[in-house]
Amino acid sequence: MSAAPGHVVAEPAGGPLRASESPLQQAWRMLRRDRLAMAGLAVLALLAVAAGAGKVLTEWYVVFDPAAVRLPEKLRAPLSVADAERVAPEDLPALGIYLLGTDELGRDVFARMLQGSFVSLSIGFVAVGISVAIGILIGGLSGYYGNVKLGFITVDTLLMRFTDVMLSFPTFFLILTVVALLPPSIYNIMIVIGVTSWMGTARLVRGEFLSLREQDFVVAAQALGLPERRIIFRHMVPNAIAPVLVSATIGVASAILTESALSFLGFGVQPPDATWGNILADGRSFIFDAPWLFFVPGAAILVVVLAFNLLGEGLREALNPKLRSR
Amino acid sequence: MSGRWARGAWAVGAGLALLAGLAWLVGPSSALLLAAGLAAIGGVSWLPGRAVRVVGAALLAGTLFACGRGGLDAGPAAALALGVAALAARLLPVAALRRLAFAIPSLVLLVFVTTLLMYEAPGNPFAQERVASPQVEEALRAQYGVPRSGTAFFAVYMKRLLLDGSLGPAIKVQGRGVVDLLAPAVPISMALGLLALIIAVALGLLLGIRAGLRPQSAADYGSMGLAMLGISLPNFVIGAALMIVFALQLGWLPVAGWGGYAHLWLPAVTLALPYAAYIARLARSGTIEVMQQDFIRTARAKGLPERSVVLKHALKGALLPVVSFLGPAAAGILTGSFVVETLFGIPGMGQWFVKGALNRDYSVVLGTALFYATLITVFNLLVDLAYGWLDPRAVSEP
Repeated sequence: MSAAPGHVVAEPAGGPLRASESPLQQAWRMLRRDRLAMAGLAVLALLAVAAGAGKVLTEWYVVFDPAAVRLPEKLRAPLSVADAERVAPEDLPALGIYLLGTDELGRDVFARMLQGSFVSLSIGFVAVGISVAIGILIGGLSGYYGNVKLGFITVDTLLMRFTDVMLSFPTFFLILTVVALLPPSIYNIMIVIGVTSWMGTARLVRGEFLSLREQDFVVAAQALGLPERRIIFRHMVPNAIAPVLVSATIGVASAILTESALSFLGFGVQPPDATWGNILADGRSFIFDAPWLFFVPGAAILVVVLAFNLLGEGLREALNPKLRSR
Repeated sequence: MSGRWARGAWAVGAGLALLAGLAWLVGPSSALLLAAGLAAIGGVSWLPGRAVRVVGAALLAGTLFACGRGGLDAGPAAALALGVAALAARLLPVAALRRLAFAIPSLVLLVFVTTLLMYEAPGNPFAQERVASPQVEEALRAQYGVPRSGTAFFAVYMKRLLLDGSLGPAIKVQGRGVVDLLAPAVPISMALGLLALIIAVALGLLLGIRAGLRPQSAADYGSMGLAMLGISLPNFVIGAALMIVFALQLGWLPVAGWGGYAHLWLPAVTLALPYAAYIARLARSGTIEVMQQDFIRTARAKGLPERSVVLKHALKGALLPVVSFLGPAAAGILTGSFVVETLFGIPGMGQWFVKGALNRDYSVVLGTALFYATLITVFNLLVDLAYGWLDPRAVSEP
């Protein structure tokens, strides 16, 4: 029943049996055949490059200046050529073209999008990192030490009840409440999204651990007298990680969506810093006069979230040994 | 055996460390109260059946009394609450009462945690006022029932809620109670949420079941492609696109703002699309699974037309995963309506929450939070009941 890719004896499926192939290579081969997932991966690779370039080119070697205000050049359409007579030479955009237009203060939307891609992506990854860490900790404790009694209750009941309480609160509302009341900063948003979204991971890990605990290789490891730390982290976590990876991939997408929704309501990252969410929120007032202000970040969010979701679906298929026979 | 002791010591140590961390964050008394509240809620699982009847009914009576006090005097409210609670204790199954005994303290805990957060947050409702002297501020605090400590505020708030059924005066809106303030917004938000939920379920089931009946067909790929797109599109982008197409280009529906329930269509569709997409995917996998069951083969073998095979036999099974998603979906739609209400300028509950949070209007924030949490709890309860009806194998009492 378990979905433990490490312990599936290679099935004669999805091509000829290759004796020397590790489960990881097998999964990668599965994934490579999934064209949509590979498209997602390509988009994400591109995005990673853009985010890195964004950090470098907008903050360290300022080629694209996201903060330069050029009031005479406000609300120019995408691809319009900058007017050198109305703008100070040091404020001219790179190449003299506003690739994605300018906003109501004449700031270069392309530069702001570049800066925002780093912020949005790092919020997604850090938030999911936090939630996966908490999820593995709680799910693992609950699954491995589930039977240990603490006085009159077991560890499993205690932790899972707590998870149920957390699950019964609507997450976005919780995030909104906390973020609305805390001073707005990127770090608070990352932490809050992470701390309120670990419940799914915890349940997955618990389920995996419950079935792994009974399997022969774990019993053997225990019989050999390996320390528990080693059993858990070297033997069980790697075998439980596949579904976590899938849900984490999709989790990054939803964290990016959550951040943009928060910024949209005005509780997100505050103005001088650009994120896709607050570029979009600024653009809302000009949706009829300057639709690119709204649809450029909107389309970016769509493409990135779609890429993460497609990759997640692909991983789900590739890492699930039960589906290998197709 | 020393391993077990060491483990126990670790667990106790971790618990104490957590408690100490909490105490450092919110103060020792609040931390203890919080831990006690969590323990009380957790403890409900071990209560024996008879105790659950008493506790559940008592909690229900308290809640009903508070609700009744909104419109009645103390006497009739008490009579009503006691009567209904006594009936409930007799008639409701233990499982339902256990859910009540779990849900009502959870709501109280929600109020407590929100209070602590509000008091931890910088600023307070009187910070922007032109409060000349500390005496004036004290007088204002006394008038609105906002003491300086979070636990004291919680005590005042709960006492007012339980005895008078009142959500308190709105601090930033002169001379009006939170209930008066929220009352006009509730039907609007509820209509929006309900319409969105209906659209999501209808659209999702239609697409999902059609796709699931013919997997790998063009209809399947088309619906699932649409669903993937729907899941990935942020609400506000759908909303803006719909606004431009239907309101501005075609002129069929009003753009934004408020002027009657015709204004609800676009926001409701906006709100519904992502959930319709989720539901379509769930309904598809549910249908595929059901269609492989033996009883479907039997139904076909006895010569039933395909139509009634699907409608009478398969539908119930296909609905199962959808029904269990309805609870989270309703919660998501309700809170998602904050964004959509802001985008379309609809005077619903969302705007009061956002305003309240920005103004540090403690009573308004708590009032909206409590309202949403209650609604979601009730809805989850209904969903559980529906689930038990659809799938008798699911035993609700652990």
